[in-house]
Amino acid sequence: MEYTIYILLLPLFTFIIIGLLSNKLHHKTAGIFGTISLTIVTLLSYMTAFEYFTTQKINGVYQTVQPFNQIWLNMGANLHIDLGIMLDPISVMMLIVVSTVSLMVHIYSLGYMKGEVGFQRYYSFLSLFTFSMMGLVVATNIFQMYIFWELVGVSSYLLIGFYYTKPEAVAASKKAFIVTRFADLFFLIGILILSFFTQTFDFGILMSGDGGIFNSAIGTTFMGGSVLTWAMALIFVGGAGKSAMFPLHIWLPDAMEGPTPVSALIHAATMVVAGVFLVARLFPIYIGFTPEVLHGIAYVGAFTAMFSAIIAIVQTDIKRVLAFSTISQIGFMMVALGVSGYEGHNGLGYMSSMFHLFTHAMFKALLFLGAGSIIHAVHSNEMYQMGGLRKYMPITHLTFLIACLSISGIPPFSGFFSKDEILTATFNFSNGLGIWMTVVAFFTAFYMFRLYYNIFWGKEYKSNNGHIPHESPISMTFPLIFLAGVTLVAGFIPFGKFVTADKAEYIIHLDWTVATISISVAIIAILLATALYRKPNNIPSKIVSKTKGLYKAAYNRFYIDEIYLFITKSIIFKGISQPFAWFDRHIIDGAMNGLAWITNWTSVKIRGFQSGQVQWYAYVFLLGTLLITILAITI
Amino acid sequence: MIELLVNSVSIPMVAFLIVSLIMFFAGVFGFLTRKNLIMILISVELILNAVDINFAVFNRYLFPEQMEGLFFALFGIAIAACETAVAIAIIINIYRRFGNVEVDNVNKLKG
Repeated sequence: MEYTIYILLLPLFTFIIIGLLSNKLHHKTAGIFGTISLTIVTLLSYMTAFEYFTTQKINGVYQTVQPFNQIWLNMGANLHIDLGIMLDPISVMMLIVVSTVSLMVHIYSLGYMKGEVGFQRYYSFLSLFTFSMMGLVVATNIFQMYIFWELVGVSSYLLIGFYYTKPEAVAASKKAFIVTRFADLFFLIGILILSFFTQTFDFGILMSGDGGIFNSAIGTTFMGGSVLTWAMALIFVGGAGKSAMFPLHIWLPDAMEGPTPVSALIHAATMVVAGVFLVARLFPIYIGFTPEVLHGIAYVGAFTAMFSAIIAIVQTDIKRVLAFSTISQIGFMMVALGVSGYEGHNGLGYMSSMFHLFTHAMFKALLFLGAGSIIHAVHSNEMYQMGGLRKYMPITHLTFLIACLSISGIPPFSGFFSKDEILTATFNFSNGLGIWMTVVAFFTAFYMFRLYYNIFWGKEYKSNNGHIPHESPISMTFPLIFLAGVTLVAGFIPFGKFVTADKAEYIIHLDWTVATISISVAIIAILLATALYRKPNNIPSKIVSKTKGLYKAAYNRFYIDEIYLFITKSIIFKGISQPFAWFDRHIIDGAMNGLAWITNWTSVKIRGFQSGQVQWYAYVFLLGTLLITILAITI
Repeated sequence: MIELLVNSVSIPMVAFLIVSLIMFFAGVFGFLTRKNLIMILISVELILNAVDINFAVFNRYLFPEQMEGLFFALFGIAIAACETAVAIAIIINIYRRFGNVEVDNVNKLKG
């Protein structure tokens, strides 16, 4: 499977070519070139997946293969950084997810971004992102993963700030980059600790199940925990930053300032699940040696899921609703990983997490692209300026409805299957967590249908300038239809056959008790949303006025951003940075300036001697001579 | 012959030295106080001549059988002549440039 290298190289070349020729290429040429290149990449990914899943199974266990691995930096006898490609079930699955969503976004953008300034730049950045994300998922070692991890961060930054003339977009891109970079610092520290004690970066060795290499890391303790625990927890902090886990989630809602297809690709389907992928990648270490960190991940995920679901209920910007929904769904994935075991049926959580990652990528990309289509038609993000759009945009309406049903967990849509498995795994772990996540599922269905009814039903759309919304062009509706199709059938994929924690196959059994609970919860939530939002009425505003404090807090995202601002501005900047700056400016610089001032002052004072009058010089010379003579005589 | 000469001189050496001392400090005083370059040059000549006298006197009184001091005096006179020629040339150039030979005006090389 040596051709897998082209999956990485093609987007890279596309990025370089479109990037370098950006001014010389016509808009359309650049877009079509990028799309064709990505079509080839997608086909190659499907080929890889087909070949991998059909040929690489030995004794019922999928093997890990490395078609390509090259030592890049040698750092000692054992430690070296490689660049290469590693294929195992989760990386192959991610290849499919990334290439499919990316291709859909490429096609969609041909219509959505038509006529934008910087169209070529946009396509070159999309290629850069695809390259980085592909490199991240096929990384053979944790350091290569880190390199590509930063590259996706950069491309995310570039694409959020695509409209760089808008101050909000610039601020959002900076915020996204700084917050994720801050988390990545911990990731790097974790990597360094881990590799220092295990003497390797290589996933193959780390995953081999050989506990010997961790002995020194487990044996060394630091502040009440083994060093391995610390390292794995720090690595998770990196993952939490990229995956927008509380309290590092603040960048994701703001990242919606970027073009909508970018939100679909990066901030819904692929980059934000990198954290989940990271935990899944290192899962054997988490489950085998640091289960306490894994349980911590589960609780962080559960809290984040609930927290962002509550915020999503009251947001009015449709992209913000989707952003908080994304955070909440990633919380689901984290919980599933956290409660998972390793072998056989215990690995249900792992399997369901990856399954949910897959289905969520598809239907969330669909939701975002649908939202893009709506924004394209009504030129606004605010749901109060929409309503009754179902008549104007039938295709968008239908596909959006499919995605909403899927995320709410209604069978037979894909979201039902994956979410149900997650809930089952959670109930197996503890009833309390299971009930908690079921409540989150209830909120999910509620806010999605609040969104749906507010956009497509509710009050009639009224334009203030006689503009009538219209269905989007075929380049935008085709991805919608395609992804809706995937959402319809993806649930029936026997996922347990392909991706499991121990890489051995197992058959998914639907737990009907849990399924009944989750379906009925979802239906109740949908009915509630229908009653409240289908026709214009004043019940929602009454509820709002009754729960004013809670509503206001949730609307302002529980003031997490303000807390961050307070901590950074009032405590760190004012309390620490400014005194340091004062010390630097007045003490350090002051000492240097003082030296210069003394020199200058002395020079000014003795400059008078250099009068240019030879007689004066001679006079001084004479006096000096006399002085020395007198001294010589007296001493 | 030399004995005769030494004995016949009744003027003490210190008298010569006083004359040369007066000449020397007159020269120094003139050098420091005069503003006209020509006068300064004359003052320098006074200093040089005071030194020449000293050469001759010390030679005559301390080492009468040798001639180095006298030669040095001759040498000094020659140097003074050269120096005067150069100095006059400089002074003429200064006059052409500044229109006078007042030393206070010549401060263009001041730092």
